[in-house]
Amino acid sequence: MAVDAILDPAAPAGVVVEQSRGKRIWRRLLRRRSAVAGAVFVAFFVAVAVLAPLVSPYDPAKADWLQVRKPPSMAHWMGTDEIGRDVMARMIWGARASLLAGVVSVTIALMIGVPVGLLSGYCRGWIDHVLQRITDALLACPFLILAIALAAFLGPSLTNAMIAIGISTVPIFVRLTRGQVLAVAVEDYVEAARAIGNPHWRIALRHVFPNVVPPLLVQATLSIAAAILAEASLSFLGLGQQPPAPSWGSMLNTAKNFLAQAPWMAIWPGMAICAVVLGFNLFGDGLRDALDPKET
Amino acid sequence: MWGYFLGRLAIAIPTLFIVTIIVFGLQHLLPGDPALALLGEDRSPEAYEQVRKQYHLDKPVPVQYAMWIGNALTGDLGASLRTKKPVADLIAEKLPVTVQLALMSMAIALLIGIPTGILSAVRRNSFWDYAANVLGLSGQSVPTFWLGIMLILLFSVRWGLLPASGYVSPFENLGDNLRAMIMPAFVLGAALAAVMMRHTRGAMLSVLRSDYVRTARAKGLNERRVVLRHALRNALIPIITLGALQLGQLLSGAVLTEQVFTIPGFGKLIVDAVFNRDYAVVQGVVLVTATAYIMLNLLADMTYFLVNPRLRG
Repeated sequence: MAVDAILDPAAPAGVVVEQSRGKRIWRRLLRRRSAVAGAVFVAFFVAVAVLAPLVSPYDPAKADWLQVRKPPSMAHWMGTDEIGRDVMARMIWGARASLLAGVVSVTIALMIGVPVGLLSGYCRGWIDHVLQRITDALLACPFLILAIALAAFLGPSLTNAMIAIGISTVPIFVRLTRGQVLAVAVEDYVEAARAIGNPHWRIALRHVFPNVVPPLLVQATLSIAAAILAEASLSFLGLGQQPPAPSWGSMLNTAKNFLAQAPWMAIWPGMAICAVVLGFNLFGDGLRDALDPKET
Repeated sequence: MWGYFLGRLAIAIPTLFIVTIIVFGLQHLLPGDPALALLGEDRSPEAYEQVRKQYHLDKPVPVQYAMWIGNALTGDLGASLRTKKPVADLIAEKLPVTVQLALMSMAIALLIGIPTGILSAVRRNSFWDYAANVLGLSGQSVPTFWLGIMLILLFSVRWGLLPASGYVSPFENLGDNLRAMIMPAFVLGAALAAVMMRHTRGAMLSVLRSDYVRTARAKGLNERRVVLRHALRNALIPIITLGALQLGQLLSGAVLTEQVFTIPGFGKLIVDAVFNRDYAVVQGVVLVTATAYIMLNLLADMTYFLVNPRLRG
């Protein structure tokens, strides 16, 4: 692990303290209040999603015809929906669908985009040309329209929505990885690795790839935010999570028909989407600044 | 100059070619036999054979593609399975509505995004800068369809000021058209304004640090003149390019906005087509959107080249 000598403001005057790069990044990240706030938002929603069976006050799918469209009360903190289901219980279980969609879609995009970008940037030549034209073509199809088309042809379900969002996100990671590989491949240590006879796969995986990871981490965080928004959009259109399973997007789709009678049905899911997306965006922005070597 | 243009065109043409392969390939994602999926209600053997023949599914895939692209090049994108109308006609009918929405959204985005971006850069690290950044980040985090629902709740349900849905042609009644379009345009423009704000701020900060701005200040010009006449003029170049590129993204955003406000545009066409399993329309919309995006990209590149003297030199 790289070790740098820096002045620690907490240490006695003039004492030079050696810190690992990881610790330095961590300290920079903690200094950014917006990044910490973002991390707290994300951690809260992750905890809610993981602990859903324990913290959910009611069964999210159980209808209660005596409690149809009741406003927030002590019994139902966020009110009830058009068939008497508890909105808070559906919000809690809906967090699972949103976070799962965000993480799984970005994992799919990383698993395809990073190897393709690595291959494209490292091999150059005709392979690079062909892969970049395919990437250009995918980038030319607006993200949501491509995701809608894929979800439409694959069939509406949460799994297919995640695949559609993942595939639509692939070109972003191809471009980013390729750009980073092109920059890293001309570094002296890569030349040195090549000069001592390392095979190409070893140079690409052991020497180039680790240096591409930091910007990928930042992009992955920001892409999770975009994927959560995309899943909510697809579910809103009826192409994601299917009823009666809860999802914030599908809750909003139903809520728009009852705006005059039950506005609370629309307010909470939208606020939750905003909070979790803002959380990932703030954390991603903070991570980018913390990983930037120009930042002190 | 022509070399540059031809170079960009040489990239755009193969990209467009690959887009056509992707769009054509979509129908092969259909689970099972595409002919069965395209059949609809009538699943008799005669209807099955007719669909296979009509969509050339009885021919090898490369031949199917060649026939499809040949027709697409002449403007024939097939016919809607549901309405039997030509897809090209359906798109031509809906596109003007979405173009109006996109242009109004762009105007709103420019009116909000550029001044806040300038203010944020000129007053760096001040309250205005933080406020603009919070607004910018919020604009990127709020789902457009939720913002639309909230505006309907306030302006239509609570205050009764604007219609919650529907569309009136501007040729029929311009006032009613604007009343119906202002909320959707604001919803779509708000997200874009956030992007514009962040880019304007970045471009202005970089220009404000340049030598010619320092010289302008040293000559004793007042700050307003330095910012608006010297800095903004150069900072606007990348913003104009971004604006052209974002028009393509607006088509994407229009899908959700048109759904919320029930506007019969391009976005609603694709969503309705998805639910009617009208695959020819879905393919047509994706193809037209991607082609428009590539053309706008090309146009943006050329504009950037023409307005930037350093590239021309």
